[in-house]
Amino acid sequence: MIEVHNVWKEYGDQVVLERLHLKIEKGEFCSMVGASGCGKSTFLRLLLGQERATRGKILLDGKPLPGEPDADRGVVFQRYSVFEHLTVMRNVLLGLELPQAKLTGRLFGRHRRSAQEQAIAMLDRVGLGSALDKYPQQLSGGMQQRLALAQALIMKPRVLLLDEPFGALDPGIRKDMHELLLKLWRESGLTIFMVTHDLKEGFALGSRVLVFDKVRVDPQAPHAYGARITYNIPLDHSRDAAPSLRMAQAVVEGARRAAIAVV
Amino acid sequence: MLLLMPFVVLVLVYFTNSSARLAVNPEDKLLPSAVQMAEAVKQYAFTEDKRTGERLLWTDTRSSLTRLAIGLAVSAVIALTTSIMTGSIPAVTATLSPFITVISMIPPLALLPILFIVFGLDELSKVVLIVIGITPMMIRDLQQRTQEIPHELWVKAQTLGATSWTLILRMIVPQLLPRLLIALRLSLCSAWLFLIAAEAIASTDGLGYRIFLVRRYLAMDVILPYVLWITLLAWLMDEALRRLTKCAFPWYGGGAR
Repeated sequence: MIEVHNVWKEYGDQVVLERLHLKIEKGEFCSMVGASGCGKSTFLRLLLGQERATRGKILLDGKPLPGEPDADRGVVFQRYSVFEHLTVMRNVLLGLELPQAKLTGRLFGRHRRSAQEQAIAMLDRVGLGSALDKYPQQLSGGMQQRLALAQALIMKPRVLLLDEPFGALDPGIRKDMHELLLKLWRESGLTIFMVTHDLKEGFALGSRVLVFDKVRVDPQAPHAYGARITYNIPLDHSRDAAPSLRMAQAVVEGARRAAIAVV
Repeated sequence: MLLLMPFVVLVLVYFTNSSARLAVNPEDKLLPSAVQMAEAVKQYAFTEDKRTGERLLWTDTRSSLTRLAIGLAVSAVIALTTSIMTGSIPAVTATLSPFITVISMIPPLALLPILFIVFGLDELSKVVLIVIGITPMMIRDLQQRTQEIPHELWVKAQTLGATSWTLILRMIVPQLLPRLLIALRLSLCSAWLFLIAAEAIASTDGLGYRIFLVRRYLAMDVILPYVLWITLLAWLMDEALRRLTKCAFPWYGGGAR
């Protein structure tokens, strides 16, 4: 579904990503892990269309990705994902209103009512059914991220991009959010890319883990070489696969320690 | 109670000194007594003027407030449109920002003679002075606020299918409106300043005009009530704007107190 052909991303002299090759099928949940500053968020922005690849191309269903964010790609950031001037209900409603009402950005009458029903159904799915009229400021961090997920999912995007969506949450709440995200993923059959700095989270959620790391390092010119996807590990979450899962995790962990030791 | 203390002290100090001076010289004009001021208020607010048949305080208030309201409204509209454009279209920001920064440095009162020459001595030049006086600051403030809208939200809106137009309509304008009201509150003081300056120099009515007119007769008994009245009006406007911000934009926390 998504194909990445020899993608490079450079900012002037600084190479952030180099020689990325990737093929992801529909319905995969890709966790992207790696040390900070190794370009995983940059890769996410390329997928989002917020930035363009310097070289190479990214295809969605065989067609080049549009160079601007659009309704095909949903996104949830760590913070600032919801509109603080809209209530919970209207935040979700917005995604239904904007594509349909090009002139006013609002729906009226019958259309509005059907959109409201859809929005309420979606908010029930993420567990916000009782907070429809609250403003984001009145919600906890976890609830805000639930809202952000609902807002992204109401668009029925082809791809859902998550940039450390649970990074700012307490561990307990994070666990609830993991369950919610897995439930939504199984129900909708979405393709998900998630950036996380938490290896455990990456392995617990993903159906595939992509590890970003710098293969070549020139101590005299630290920016001369970019990061690549060093491991692309398909995960099988069924019970008898648990040992191999742990092994993969150990391999990545070991690689990361080695990298830290080198630095 | 403590809130009222400074006011009470001020009033006490005034009237002690006033009665002391009047005891020495009953003709003293500098610190009129409460009775003298009440007399003046009665004459200006509740007695028809012999020449025009109007109650002067109300006519003055009406013309001053009209000028002020038009000035504030025009400034608000200009500031909002400009900051939307400069905030959302990078090319416009690059072109206009330094220009606005320089323009906002011009002392507006220095432009007053030009305004009188260009727009005549009518209402227009007074309104234009208010507009010129407060708009650049409001634009700079709102522009800052537009740039403070997190980048994530722009991207998010695009993924929700927003076009440039609906993005302005559903995100930028609603987010800027409470900030516009706050910018207006902060500009009120300057707006009054420019209004009174313009009225003092060339006008035939208005609160500022009246104060400067009766100054010739050292009529402190008129000036003081007028100043109190202006202060009250300004405070009421500020309070009204504050409440409006709070009611209309309950989600907006910052600065609405």
